[in-house]
Amino acid sequence: MSPLQTFFAMGGYAIYVWPAYAVFFIVLIVDTIAPRLRRRRVLRELRARLARQDARQQRARPDRASVDPIITPPSL
Amino acid sequence: MNRPGLMTACAAMLQRDLTLAWRRRGDIAMPVLYALIVTMLFPFALGPEDTLLQRIAGGVVLVTVLLAMLLALDAMFSSDIEDGSLEQLVMAPQPLALMLGMKILAHWLTTALPLIVIAPLLAGMLHLPGAVIPVLLLALLLATPLLSLLGAVLVALTAGTRRSGMLLALMLLPLCVPAVIFAAGAVAAAQQGLPWLAPIAWLGAALVLAVVLAPLACAAALRIALDA
Amino acid sequence: MSNWIPLWLHKLGSPPTFYRFAGTLRPWAMVLALLFGAVALYGGLVLAPADYQQGDAYRIIFIHVPSAWMSMFIYGVMGVAAFIALVWRIKLAEVVAMESAPIGAAFTFITLVTGSLWGKPMWGTWWTWDARLTSELVLLFLYLGVIGLYHAFEDRRQGARAAAFLAIIGIINVPIVHFSVNWWNTLHQGSTINVFGPSKISWDMLWPLLCMMLATKFYYVASLFRRVRTDLLALEGGKDWVRQIAESEAGQ
Repeated sequence: MSPLQTFFAMGGYAIYVWPAYAVFFIVLIVDTIAPRLRRRRVLRELRARLARQDARQQRARPDRASVDPIITPPSL
Repeated sequence: MNRPGLMTACAAMLQRDLTLAWRRRGDIAMPVLYALIVTMLFPFALGPEDTLLQRIAGGVVLVTVLLAMLLALDAMFSSDIEDGSLEQLVMAPQPLALMLGMKILAHWLTTALPLIVIAPLLAGMLHLPGAVIPVLLLALLLATPLLSLLGAVLVALTAGTRRSGMLLALMLLPLCVPAVIFAAGAVAAAQQGLPWLAPIAWLGAALVLAVVLAPLACAAALRIALDA
Repeated sequence: MSNWIPLWLHKLGSPPTFYRFAGTLRPWAMVLALLFGAVALYGGLVLAPADYQQGDAYRIIFIHVPSAWMSMFIYGVMGVAAFIALVWRIKLAEVVAMESAPIGAAFTFITLVTGSLWGKPMWGTWWTWDARLTSELVLLFLYLGVIGLYHAFEDRRQGARAAAFLAIIGIINVPIVHFSVNWWNTLHQGSTINVFGPSKISWDMLWPLLCMMLATKFYYVASLFRRVRTDLLALEGGKDWVRQIAESEAGQ
């Protein structure tokens, strides 16, 4: 057997060793990817909500810029 | 207006819950019927052979009682949450932990006590030797209040959520493992003629601890869950 | 309380500060995790010799033991964060506790499965009810319970506090379960199986193990930081700093 085949055979225990390593990697890969997808979704929803807010403010005050009105303090 | 004394308040709380439970006394029969049916299923599933049933009898009765209590646990606070009286209780001047302790006691009296009463019947259906039944009853007398107390804390945590009974079971069962181990261990030891006092003592110690700490934890959990 | 906490730690509790801090560290933590992981795997799978008794099957140790360690380490972190969240109501502590739970559950799951795959060739059985395995299983249920309870609430902060409370109850429970299962095994004689004990492990096998322990730690930090950052964005959605980030990262 070639060295590579010997390696993969794991002394006859291949059906235990390799599935174990597979579970390790698969679970951690899922744990890496899921938060990434969630982050994208959160940002997307956030942007949509902000866009709706801005649109509402534009409609309410069409002559002003779309920033929150700042109450200017009385001049001292 | 005089504020009622602590003893009066406790008695009043207990009386209220017992009266309410009595008005729905059909509900008291539910866990009992459930336990009977489940216990009956075991001989059908495993065959009527005496020796086999005898070996599993103690454990089956214990688990069946546990599951029956789990089913009834959800109802501990649900009606009071719905009509707002639980929030009133939280705001009342009486110590919340003590009042909740009384509620838990009422719940145990109406849920677990009937189960303990029929436990000899359940054990008999599975051919548990008569000499072991007192130990079984003692184990149940100690384990069921422990479960009520632990369960109350978890039910308080889920108060007001759109919870499913499954979530409660998922949370509660890991907590029950030690109680089940010691209760069943006592019965198994008695069945083998071995000394059974040690696991009973452990159960008793756990119960004492729970009686003191669980109402406090329950009050804290309720405050967290109701603090909207 | 603010007197003894250094200022930078106090500042770190503020969501935008932590967001930036975690954002800078996270990629590095991931790089270190992959690096140490690769080295550990090479050391464990290729360099380390076969075991005298277990042959090549023992190589599962290089992922099983670090995962077991992480499952318990994360549980400790979750407990501390839960305690801080309940006592001082610090938002960041709530988030750290809640986002640690899925990672902890993942490692616990890996521990149970790899342990089972290791147990079959070694002890001849996929599972045994000894104290360590049973406690690990209970730990998995604890994690799942915390996750489930957290998601049962409409208000996320309230859910976090309730789940934090559950986490602390669970922390007290796991040693109790370990103790009672030990007792139970002595009662039912013949159920105690001597697990692959801490025999004198040779350095060839030890260093990949330690290396992988380090790698999984860095991985936890990386995963946690990403999750916490996303959670902070979601929780603080109305604030200006979040708006700035959402607009600047358009299209990602």
